[in-house]
Amino acid sequence: MPLLSIKDLAKTYPLPGGGAHRVVEVVEFSLEAAEQLALRGESGSGKTTFLHLIAGILAPDSGRIALAGRDVAALGEAARDRLRAETIGYIFQTFNLLQGHTVLENVEFGMAFGRGVDRAYAESLLRRVGLSDKLGHFPRQLSTGQQQRVAVARALANHPKLVLADEPTGNLDRRHAREALALIREVCRECGAALLLVSHDEQVLAGFGDVRDFAALNRALTAEAAP
Amino acid sequence: MMLWNLIYRSLRQHALSTLVTAGSIALAAGLLLTVWVVKTQSQAVFAATNSGFDAVLGARGSKLQLVLNAIFHLEASPGNIAAADFEALRRNPMIGGAIRTAIPIAVGDSFQGWRVVGTVEQLFAEIEYAPGKRYAIARGGRNFQLGAHEAVVGNFAAKRLGWKLGATFHPQHGVSEKAERDHDELYTVVGILEPTSTPVDRVIWIPLEGIQTMSGHNPFAKTDISAVLIQLRAPTAGLMASNLINQSGGKLTFAYPIGTIVAELFNKISWIDKVLTLLAWLVAAVASGSVLVSIYNSMSARARDIAILRALGARRRTVFGAVVGEAAAIGVLGAAAGFAVFAGLAAGVASIIQAQTGVVLEPLQWNPVFGWGPAVFVGLCVLGGLVPAFKAYRVPVAETLAPVS
Repeated sequence: MPLLSIKDLAKTYPLPGGGAHRVVEVVEFSLEAAEQLALRGESGSGKTTFLHLIAGILAPDSGRIALAGRDVAALGEAARDRLRAETIGYIFQTFNLLQGHTVLENVEFGMAFGRGVDRAYAESLLRRVGLSDKLGHFPRQLSTGQQQRVAVARALANHPKLVLADEPTGNLDRRHAREALALIREVCRECGAALLLVSHDEQVLAGFGDVRDFAALNRALTAEAAP
Repeated sequence: MMLWNLIYRSLRQHALSTLVTAGSIALAAGLLLTVWVVKTQSQAVFAATNSGFDAVLGARGSKLQLVLNAIFHLEASPGNIAAADFEALRRNPMIGGAIRTAIPIAVGDSFQGWRVVGTVEQLFAEIEYAPGKRYAIARGGRNFQLGAHEAVVGNFAAKRLGWKLGATFHPQHGVSEKAERDHDELYTVVGILEPTSTPVDRVIWIPLEGIQTMSGHNPFAKTDISAVLIQLRAPTAGLMASNLINQSGGKLTFAYPIGTIVAELFNKISWIDKVLTLLAWLVAAVASGSVLVSIYNSMSARARDIAILRALGARRRTVFGAVVGEAAAIGVLGAAAGFAVFAGLAAGVASIIQAQTGVVLEPLQWNPVFGWGPAVFVGLCVLGGLVPAFKAYRVPVAETLAPVS
């Protein structure tokens, strides 16, 4: 049984002038436990919405999202929050670190709403990503690459079964992007977490073994492109 | 734990607005506590202050003025009574039998604003100014002797005047700060009273005939007295004497019971504490509003942090609770600082009351307002925090976390 299984998923946004715009329409998608998969897609193709639907940040209009044996789409918001806190790690393109909190606290927030804070584990994760000497620093005191590593540590802080990475190297230069991607894959592997990464950067995706085209997956794009 | 961390960090991040808001709450809380404590304690203490007497007999006029003058040594005397009138009253079997002790006093002089009062040595030798408490003269001193130019000085007055045993002074005519002129008589301090926390502490006591026969006083009034402080054999005797004397239409007023008459004073000035209390609540309302505004104004800047927390799994009620908790924390800080404001204000007010009346308040003694006052202020702050908390509750996560790909 796959870790993540999606069937007939659809999400539509209302348009300001009336009507609606379908952003995501995925008939079938699955991801095995500990699997690492990249989705290639242009900006504005609905990749982020797709990840938000899987994470339970957004509720779908229809369809089924089975994650770790639970149907995310059928859960209420509070239950989706809990499932996200316990099961999912999220890496954002802009890192989304809490600027008023230290590096260590940022990682602790990654576990705070799930199993609870385990400072020793948070420290070990930061050690693993090479930031053991930056625990008390604030994000603004770090380089972009270092901030990305904090985001990686935070995403793994709650022992997630699935890590969602949304353009995780979009703010990094080539060399740091390659290093960051390697780190994400390596740490996910070590923690036994599956990785679903979305990106539009061909050079990043080139280093990724299993890459699928999001345009082929998302029927909403196909329908839009049709005459 | 992380919730506290969130609250703490947010308070630190917005340290200036936190301090300003907590400061305004501290002022409001301090003002409310002071008004409340001074009001309740002064009412209780003043009503209980009778210097050991049940009633005051004096010239025809206001009972309150008579009590304020004879017991609290405030206000002007309503006038003198002839000693013969009092003696005649005493010979009345219905009234004379009800009186256990009668201490005459004569007023009208002062020294540098401190009132000089004539009385009999019996006051310090026999009277209990409170149950089980008699006047005591500090070591080395003694009671004055009738006929001598000697004085026994209240503890507070002696301290303020810097007087020791053997100090001398010329009484001054009148009771205002700017006395009309010095009398010729030179008095010597022979005793200083131990503190009693009553108006007696701020009076310079001399023998009764000293006032009556002081140079410059009306020689035809040399047997007059200003009032008689009376201890009764039974409370029912007081009611009877009050009816007989006050309704006779004569030259005398019998003020009884003293506590009830003092309570009238507080009824008359109750508008002052009502205004001050209203003012304190208005300041509290403004402080609560400032909590609302200061947190609400920062919500736009915090929306991203809230969205991040929500993306990490924080529930809506968690971020709601964090904002309400922050408002409550500001309230707790303000209320705690309010106690410091209260301690300062109340100490000032208590010292003014002691200087003006001799009555000692103890504002730090437990008062129920110490419990409910801060609780109400924290509650008001929580109320003020509800609006921004609701805004935090409604932060749209996906939109706020843009950009999207």
